[in-house]
Amino acid sequence: MRREVPVIICFLAGALFIGNYFSPKLQPVAQVVNQWAIICIAFAYVLGVANIFRINYQVITRKGKDWIYKVVLIVGLILMIYLGIFRGVKEGTAFNWVFMNAIYPMQATMFALLAFYIASAAFRAFRIRSWEAALLGITAVLVMIGRVPLGEAVWKEFPPFTEWIMNVPQLAAKRAIMIGAALGAISTGLKVLIGLEKTYMGGE
Amino acid sequence: MVTDLNTAIWNTLAAFLTFCIFSFLYKDNPFYKIAEHIVVGVSAGYFAVILYWNGLVPKLWNPVVKQGKWYYLIPGLLGLIMWTRFSKKYAWISRFSISFYMGIATGVAVPLYMQNFVIRQLSSTMLPVHFKNSVGFFNLLIIVGVLCALIYFFFSKEHKGAMGSAARVGIWTLMVGFGAGFGLTVMGRVSLLIDRVIFLKNYFTSIFGHIL
Repeated sequence: MRREVPVIICFLAGALFIGNYFSPKLQPVAQVVNQWAIICIAFAYVLGVANIFRINYQVITRKGKDWIYKVVLIVGLILMIYLGIFRGVKEGTAFNWVFMNAIYPMQATMFALLAFYIASAAFRAFRIRSWEAALLGITAVLVMIGRVPLGEAVWKEFPPFTEWIMNVPQLAAKRAIMIGAALGAISTGLKVLIGLEKTYMGGE
Repeated sequence: MVTDLNTAIWNTLAAFLTFCIFSFLYKDNPFYKIAEHIVVGVSAGYFAVILYWNGLVPKLWNPVVKQGKWYYLIPGLLGLIMWTRFSKKYAWISRFSISFYMGIATGVAVPLYMQNFVIRQLSSTMLPVHFKNSVGFFNLLIIVGVLCALIYFFFSKEHKGAMGSAARVGIWTLMVGFGAGFGLTVMGRVSLLIDRVIFLKNYFTSIFGHIL
C-alpha cells in the first residue's frame, strides 16, 4: 500500500502523457490532468515556503546563530505574501515595486558578483597541466576576446573566428552532451515509470 | 531616471541593496548578510504569490467555486496531502501526490526529450559532406565531433584502440565546448556587472547631478 500504490499512480500518470504524445484522443484528459499537476506544484511550493518559515522560526526562538538575519528573512517573506495577495500584483503596486527595486537589483548583483569569483576560478582552472586543459583555456580566452571590441582591434578576423568556434566545435560538443544527457534522462524516466527507481518517495 | 520622491526612495533602496551585495567583495559582513536574507525571503514570497495568482486561483479556486467543477478538488486534495511531510507518522501519504506529479513530469519529459534532444539533434547532425568549399568540411568536423564525443560517453566498451582514439578526439571536442561555454558565461556575468555599474552611475547622476 505504502509503496505499490504510488508506483501504480506514477505509472498511470506517466502512461497517460506518453500515450497522449501518440494519440490525440487522450488530449482532453491529458489537458485536465496537466492542470492538476500545476495545482500540485502550487501546493508543493507552499509546503516549501512553510518549511522555510518553520526552520527559520526555530532558529529565532532558540536564539541560534545569526537569528537576527532570520527575522529579516521572515519579515521579507510575510511582507511579500501580504502585498501580493491582499494588495495585488499589477504594475504600480507595492509588490511590483519590491520586485523591481529589491529582487531584481539584488539577484542581478549576486550574479554580477560572480564575475569577480569566476575570474579567480578561471585562474586556477586554466593552469595548463595537460593538452586538454590547454584546449579549454585557450578556447575560453579566444571566445572572450572575440566578443569584445579589443578582439577586432587585435585581429580583424577575431569575431568571425569566434563565431566559427561557436558554430562548429562548440556545436558538436553541445549536441553530443545534449544527446547523452537526454538518453540518460529518458532511461531514468522509464525506470521511474516502471517502478525500478523509487528514491523520489524517500523514507524506508 | 528619478522623476518623483516615490521613485527616488525606491531607487535609493535598490542602490543601497546593490552596494550591500557588492560589499561581499571586501569580506562577509552584516550588510551583505541582511541583503542575502532579504533576497531569500522576498524571492520565496514572490514566487509563492505568483503561484497563488497563476496556479491556485485560476486552476483550483475558479473551476471549483465559479464553474462548479468539483472534480478539481482531487488535485487540491493531492496537494493538501503533501503537507503530511511534516508528520513522521503520516509522511508516507504524501507519496501519492509526489508520485502523481513524478508520473506526469516523466510522462511529459520522455517523448519530449526523445523528440527534441535526440531525434532532432541527430537529424540536424546528418549534414552534407563535400570538399567543394569550407562548409562541407566544417560539416564533416561537426559529424566527427558529435560521434567522437558520444563515443566518449559510451562506457560499455573499454576505451582502447580505435575506440580509445575516437574517445580522445571526443574529449578534445568536449573541452573546446566547455571552454566556449565558460567564456560565454564570463561574458554574461561581466555584462550583468556593467548593467549594475550603469544603474549606479545613472542613480547618482539623477540624485546628485545638479550639485556636481
